[in-house]
Amino acid sequence: MDRTRRSFLGTAGLAAAGTVNAQEAAHDHEHQAVPSDPTLRVKALESLLVEKGFVDPAALDALIDRFEHKVGPRNGARVVARAWVDPAYKRRLLADAPSAIAELGFSPYQGEHMVVYENTPKVHNLVVCTLCSCYPWSLLGLPPVWYKSSAYRSRAVIDPAGVLREFGVELTDDVELRVWDSTAEVRYLILPERPVGSEHLSEEALAALVTRDSMVGTAKIAMLQTGEKA
Amino acid sequence: MNGVHDMGGMQGFGPVRHEKNEPIFHETWEGRVYGIDRSLAAFGKWNIDAWRHHIETLPPADYLKFSYYEKWLAAIEQRVVQYGFLSVEELETGKAAAGFRKATPALTVEVARNYARNIPSAKDPSIAALFRVGQQVRARNINPIGHTRLPRYARGKTGQIIRDHGVYSFPDSSAAGTGSKRQHLYSVRFRAGELWGPAAAPNSYVHLDLWDDYLEFAKS
Repeated sequence: MDRTRRSFLGTAGLAAAGTVNAQEAAHDHEHQAVPSDPTLRVKALESLLVEKGFVDPAALDALIDRFEHKVGPRNGARVVARAWVDPAYKRRLLADAPSAIAELGFSPYQGEHMVVYENTPKVHNLVVCTLCSCYPWSLLGLPPVWYKSSAYRSRAVIDPAGVLREFGVELTDDVELRVWDSTAEVRYLILPERPVGSEHLSEEALAALVTRDSMVGTAKIAMLQTGEKA
Repeated sequence: MNGVHDMGGMQGFGPVRHEKNEPIFHETWEGRVYGIDRSLAAFGKWNIDAWRHHIETLPPADYLKFSYYEKWLAAIEQRVVQYGFLSVEELETGKAAAGFRKATPALTVEVARNYARNIPSAKDPSIAALFRVGQQVRARNINPIGHTRLPRYARGKTGQIIRDHGVYSFPDSSAAGTGSKRQHLYSVRFRAGELWGPAAAPNSYVHLDLWDDYLEFAKS
């Protein structure tokens, strides 16, 4: 069902393709052959808006650059690592996240009001937005496709344990599962559990361990990373 | 609006597909759409609630079929006409109408570099909270035809207020352009069993952020 992005191309072969990889391959091939419909529509839209003076293309470049290169999950990882090494900071973060986050120099991008919840051996938190795709942009950047997908948005509230299993997170029955549906302008960041065996690591090295998904609640953090990148 | 965007609890969408090393934008045009959207928003002709409603009112089949940025693009194409940036003819021909007066971009490069969308402070002692932390509340069984942030899966269900977030614009009226109707917003905790029935895990909870107008008292 999450063929959505490609289906706009209207290529019969894509609908028949069975796997994401096959779709990707078909898509890439298709893309090289002819520009996709959205490409043309966006070009027309942008050039008209620029010609009529509504949009400055340099401003577009700056907006895009910000999220491609400056704001992303590394911001959130710095907050997490600080909370791991500094118990007083962690207390402030859990009690008043906006102020604690501002201490590290990050400001709310969408005017969102941050709340942070902590994963522990007994409590696991998971964030979703069932109505659209609300996400803590200032700390995690723009959301990944899976977070915006119909599958995740529909299932995270009714089958959170099943969703977590697909992400490789198995919770035992004694763990309380708390799902946070972002229905307002409050944005949630999960403080993941610090991995066992990380006691000797510096704050910087700890930040490097923190993945994007762990701050949404769909992953745990291991000392040896298994190839997953934030 | 009881639209397809209100997806919580729907079934049949299959597994969640996780893409490794996903790029920020999969296609160049996606980034341009993002930038165009933010640039036009700077004119202040719509608020975030109306923005969300534009997306929700795409034809349901399109909503399900389109990717995230295809939804944005379709909404922008409607919006530029609705709010007078471009005419249908201009969009169709790709040519600006003769004799137009050139506007000034509302979003400068400087602002774009540190772009932020501000919402008013949640602290407003002049607006009283109707509910208190610890109280049992029921999400009203309402079916507004416009924008709402009360998902279907919670309507009529009983939960507990665990946090008062302060005062926020009420999305239903804000999207409709009938005023911000600022009121208290709460984190409400629902047992999974209350939402999904006896098969749900006993120690599983779903929390929603809900406004005063979505809630009524429930017996504890």
